[in-house]
Amino acid sequence: MLKIENLHARVEDKSILKGINLEVNPGEVHAIMGPNGSGKSTLASVIAGKEDYEVTKGKIIFNNEDIDDLAAEERAHKGIFLSFQYPVEIPGVSVTNFMKTAINETRKAQGLEEMPAKDLLKLIRDKSELLEIDRKFLSRSLNDGFSGGEKKRNEIFQMAMLEPQLAILDETDSGLDIDALRIVANGVNKLKSKDNAVIVITHYQRLLDYIVPDFVHVLHNGRIVKSGGKELAHELEEKGYDWVKEGVNA
Amino acid sequence: MSKYTEDDLREELKTKEYEYGFYTDIASDTLPAGLNEDIVRAISLKKGEPEWMTDWRLEAFRAWEKMTEPEWANVKYKKPDFQAISYYSAPNSKPKYDSLDEVDPELLDTFNKLGISLDEQKKLAGVAMDVVVDSVSVATTFKKTLSEKGIIFCSISEAIKEHPELVKKYIGTVVPKKDNFYAALNSAVFSDGSFCYIPKGVKCPMELSTYFRINQAGTGQFERTLVIADEGSYVSYLEGCTAPSRDENQLHAAVVELIALDDAEIKYSTVQNWFPGDSKGKGGVYNFVTKRGLCEKNAKISWTQVETGSAITWKYPSCVLKGDNSVGEFYSIAVTNNFQQADTGTKMVHLGKNTKSTIISKGISAGKSQNSYRGLVKISPNADNARNFSQCDSLLMGNECGAHTFPYIEAKNKSAKIEHEATTSKIGEDQIFYCNQRGIDTEKAIALIVNGFSKDVLNKLPMEFAVEAQKLLEISLEGSVG
Repeated sequence: MLKIENLHARVEDKSILKGINLEVNPGEVHAIMGPNGSGKSTLASVIAGKEDYEVTKGKIIFNNEDIDDLAAEERAHKGIFLSFQYPVEIPGVSVTNFMKTAINETRKAQGLEEMPAKDLLKLIRDKSELLEIDRKFLSRSLNDGFSGGEKKRNEIFQMAMLEPQLAILDETDSGLDIDALRIVANGVNKLKSKDNAVIVITHYQRLLDYIVPDFVHVLHNGRIVKSGGKELAHELEEKGYDWVKEGVNA
Repeated sequence: MSKYTEDDLREELKTKEYEYGFYTDIASDTLPAGLNEDIVRAISLKKGEPEWMTDWRLEAFRAWEKMTEPEWANVKYKKPDFQAISYYSAPNSKPKYDSLDEVDPELLDTFNKLGISLDEQKKLAGVAMDVVVDSVSVATTFKKTLSEKGIIFCSISEAIKEHPELVKKYIGTVVPKKDNFYAALNSAVFSDGSFCYIPKGVKCPMELSTYFRINQAGTGQFERTLVIADEGSYVSYLEGCTAPSRDENQLHAAVVELIALDDAEIKYSTVQNWFPGDSKGKGGVYNFVTKRGLCEKNAKISWTQVETGSAITWKYPSCVLKGDNSVGEFYSIAVTNNFQQADTGTKMVHLGKNTKSTIISKGISAGKSQNSYRGLVKISPNADNARNFSQCDSLLMGNECGAHTFPYIEAKNKSAKIEHEATTSKIGEDQIFYCNQRGIDTEKAIALIVNGFSKDVLNKLPMEFAVEAQKLLEISLEGSVG
């Protein structure tokens, strides 16, 4: 589904990704871990198509298509979803209105009619029930005055509504207490299927107790320096990132 | 309008040029350029006015001659040459139509381009149209339904002839002819406009709507509107403007007077979309408007405006809260793009006891434009327990535009409660990327953010106007981020 080959990227003059290789297949959960500044969030932004980043070498192939020339919204239309580390606030735009716009813009790009209001309401009802979200929440302005936990739940709600093929969760666990973490993780688990894939970006192992990965990759200084199964996360938790850094430097 | 879809919008967004920039070629009857007493008399004569009206105009003209153009507003422009303007232009035949079939097809085409054809309007339940094309009313609809309730809704020229007692009693009582430079000019040369009277205790059953148009090259547009809501009555009045594109600047100096007698309520909504000039700042309408309403006891006046057009806007819809317990409201969205300049706001003058006013102003600046809010809240010594709440929010797009807020407060009564809040924000790249990532392109994302920012005011507009207003917001900001 996703194939990243020798990806190099920079922001302004600073090169951040220095040769990433990664392959993600349908039904898989990949965790990307690494110390601060290793390039985790940059990787997420580059896959999603943020303009500030320039790909200098390598390719990102999504469903057999090189997506380097596609704008962020076009990548979204093809089924790439990014759950933001810091979701932005848009005052005066309700969650419902935002979702309606996002869904209809995507449908339009796919040559479909707008979703009838009746279907949209049903979808909202189903997904909010699935994720145990109070529907009052949906008429509030997008992320405006939301708590950290509410913002992250809202990200997962949007993921549920848009049903992406590939979801990238960028530090979804940051700023969450243990209850909020469990709710968010449960949501992600409910949305998982054999046809979609998830990339979980995290600094800590604790989220991976709830969203269990098939593969764990360790990112350091713009490269994946170690890959393994879920036990790698535990090993990192015990030994710290210095263990990996030493391994690279040695 | 109700069937307006996003596809329609997308089509419109593709059009870079001002899309209402067309010109209807209807043979016109135009006075020579220049202004003197003879011209004022000629206007009055052409309109077949009684002597008292002619004298009233002449008094205004003499006052105007001694006045100078105000310079305090935060706008820069080349002053119009008032002797180079023609002060009267009217379609040379003035038929009254029984059906649309009789209307000049070219005129109908104009309406079609505006998306507000009479045909469509007729179907729009509850909207009566008094269409003003170049100063003279050429079509009126729904008059019959209104007249059954005793409501008078006609052109001001007609009102001067048919209802002189009402016009004579109220015209110039809220905006005196010597009020300011542009009001005096308007009083001397006003060409036409609308008149509305709602009798005691009558709730007007439909939204009253007038579309103003500037149509003749080089003619100023001097509209005069007078709305009188008698005791205990209610009316909602809609005013919308579009204008064809022109190279030279066009002067527009309207006067609107509202009178809400005891227990009456007037809602006055405007969507203003005069030609703003091109992207290089060439051309565009100068819009110098005086709008004011008077509230008697327990009366209420709400001004709602969406200002997207004009090269220069100078406009302060105001409320004089004379009666005890009267209420004034001002809800405004002002959008400036490219080289547009707007200096707009309101005056709330509290004279009566327990009077209340609310001001919500949303300014959106893009391109190299300048957008100023200027407001006055005045509490007079006798206005016990007066209350005001003002909120002025500015949204900036890009680094070359400006937003300014000039709130003035004069409180001469210690019991007054006045609150003022102001915010300034910018559309961030993070917001845009967030929307992009959800599949919403940049143009649509800006529209979404701007609509969210303006929601408090858009909500105050009648439904069908709100749709049009949203559309205008989106079109006026097209291409402003990139």
